[in-house]
Amino acid sequence: MAGALLLVSGLLAACSGDDSGTPTLIWYTNPDTGGQAAVAEECSTDRYEITTEVLPQDANQQRIQLARRLAAKDPDIDLMSIDPPFTAEFADAGYLAEIPQQMQQTFREQAFQSAAEAATWDDQLVVAPFWSNTQVLWYRKSFVDKAGIDMSQPVTWQQVIEAAGKNDGRIAVQANKYEGYSVWVNALIEGAGGQIATNTDAGVDAEIQIDSEAGREAADVISALASSDASPADLSVSNEGTAAATFSSDAGAFMVNWTFIWGNYGEDRLGDDIGFARYPRTVEGEESTPPYGGIGIGASAFSDHRDLAVEALECLTSPENQAINAELTGNMPSSAAGYEQPQVQKLFPADLIQLFQESLQDAAPRTLTPYWSDISGAIQSTWHPPSTVDEQTPEESAEFIRDVLDGRSLL
Amino acid sequence: MSTVTAPRREDVRQAQAAESDRTKSENRLGLRLVAPAVVFMLLVTAWPMLQALYLSLFRYRLTAPDDREFVGIANYTTVLTDRLFWLDTWNTVLIMVVTVAVELVIGFAFAMVMHRIVFARGVIRTSILIPYGIITVVSAFAWQFAFSLNNGFVNNWLPFVDENFNWFGDHWPAMFAIMVSEIWKTTPFMALLLLAGLSQVSEDMLEAAKVDGATWWQRLWKVILPNMRAAIMVAVLFRALDAYRIFDNIFVMTKGAQETESASFLTYRQVIEQVQLGLGSALSVLLFLSVLLIAWLIVKLFKVDLAQARGEG
Repeated sequence: MAGALLLVSGLLAACSGDDSGTPTLIWYTNPDTGGQAAVAEECSTDRYEITTEVLPQDANQQRIQLARRLAAKDPDIDLMSIDPPFTAEFADAGYLAEIPQQMQQTFREQAFQSAAEAATWDDQLVVAPFWSNTQVLWYRKSFVDKAGIDMSQPVTWQQVIEAAGKNDGRIAVQANKYEGYSVWVNALIEGAGGQIATNTDAGVDAEIQIDSEAGREAADVISALASSDASPADLSVSNEGTAAATFSSDAGAFMVNWTFIWGNYGEDRLGDDIGFARYPRTVEGEESTPPYGGIGIGASAFSDHRDLAVEALECLTSPENQAINAELTGNMPSSAAGYEQPQVQKLFPADLIQLFQESLQDAAPRTLTPYWSDISGAIQSTWHPPSTVDEQTPEESAEFIRDVLDGRSLL
Repeated sequence: MSTVTAPRREDVRQAQAAESDRTKSENRLGLRLVAPAVVFMLLVTAWPMLQALYLSLFRYRLTAPDDREFVGIANYTTVLTDRLFWLDTWNTVLIMVVTVAVELVIGFAFAMVMHRIVFARGVIRTSILIPYGIITVVSAFAWQFAFSLNNGFVNNWLPFVDENFNWFGDHWPAMFAIMVSEIWKTTPFMALLLLAGLSQVSEDMLEAAKVDGATWWQRLWKVILPNMRAAIMVAVLFRALDAYRIFDNIFVMTKGAQETESASFLTYRQVIEQVQLGLGSALSVLLFLSVLLIAWLIVKLFKVDLAQARGEG
């Protein structure tokens, strides 16, 4: 027994790093193709070294691992890449080290408005926006020529669904029972001028606004697609990857998907057949609000090197390093300055880069609340599968979200 | 059987009365020797159970520790009056009944093959057991790929299924896929337990029945099955308890979509995903109680004697 204890403590000591030399900051990153590791190396100085550890692939699993370890005040996490919907939850729970006002100011000025908004909780910028993602409407040029739609003008979901339905084309979306579906629902509601919840500072007592005109507009779009010939056979289990496959199939016509999907089609781009336009409008005459995604970097409140970790944020999210990350991963910068870096400009055609930036300016983050995972789960329960969505869905989901937040219903 | 064991218990009592100092001290030594193991068992099993029982009385979310609040049995009333809980319990019971029934039939056939086979015995026995040697998650992925609309082959192989049929797009097809993967994975285990029972059936009895002119069917129903009742019940008990805790297949194949969630999956989501420690603990206590209930029901209803099945009776 004593021998085992000695062995365990020896192992623990080995893990906790060398106190005498340069401290090591451990950055927990979401899996990527080496961008964050390169940035970590770039930002290691004489005073500290930054190494990376990789979190699970699934955003929800990333949240679970971080939340459980932070709840136990794990000092081995110094920095972490956080998905925007969970930023508020972590900040509210006191897991994130405070960022000095001066730095907050810098980050805020540097980032796109949507990125800064997604990084803010309780009027404080709680994570440093690192990379930003948004969705655009991808289309097959040959298909829109055949269907005769003018893609230089903004299109609505109804138009897209009708055109695809009439011409035997499929529209690829993300409608599996997962976070990606909430992203779609949120973008549709925001696009109709609504919000899923307001007054989110009140925590569980936030006002649930999904039962509204905007909610019904969103439900209309989803049920129209689900009942149309344009809906792919795998609609109810579709995610980013299957959407890409549907889009490249013979019947592929339209797809909403994140920026990185461009890289999926190699140099050939399906025989130069891929076009892009701004995210479709939910209602005629009202500007669309594309989904916002990305990563903000937070410093852990329980880190042994908290001050150094906060200090490192500045380097990690500098426009130059955002560009290094973008070049290696295709995950685009969270700032206009990042976009201006020469290597970023080369990643995509100039008009696509412009479309990304424009979309990011108007993008709508998912509702900022510590209870987003509950709200999102409740939306997935009531709005999935898409074929069951009808005009009653917003009302049912509003009631269900309320019950879940009040602990009256299981999610 | 009770007539056989009863006098023996009296023997024991008499023996206890007449215990010598030596047996007493041997008993004490025995207690001391098992004590560390008992303490260890209590630490690793009883302690977490008590902790879950305690936590289930609170409204407690891991990411909002300051809002922790004692709510008594409120979590239990929430759970027991919730539609989702009963839906998931029904799903679980359905999966348990269907898979165990199917496995019992196929497993028995496999056991007969393994028992009677004359040539290539080792190879055939091993190949029947292979699915059981595969990790559940891996087999669930394999079946998920097989049924998948994007890269599966099931739709091409089955003549009466449309090529664009989405197995995971609706409740019943999804449940079917989950059950198929569960049955494929665990039938060998059932077969193995039944094989043990089958080899206990005396050849003499079978021969006697044959001489008396019993048909194959009569020998099966009148001789073989009655004589392996204990083995069958143990197999059913083990598999039913396992099936009631089904999790991996559902996690991999549907993530609980299309209302295919099981009781364990619901508990997992409350505790791990939603970090609702209070509500989740209440669910895990209920899950534990239902597993106990099922075990008790099977033991009572079918009068299983576990000791006899282990060859101790």
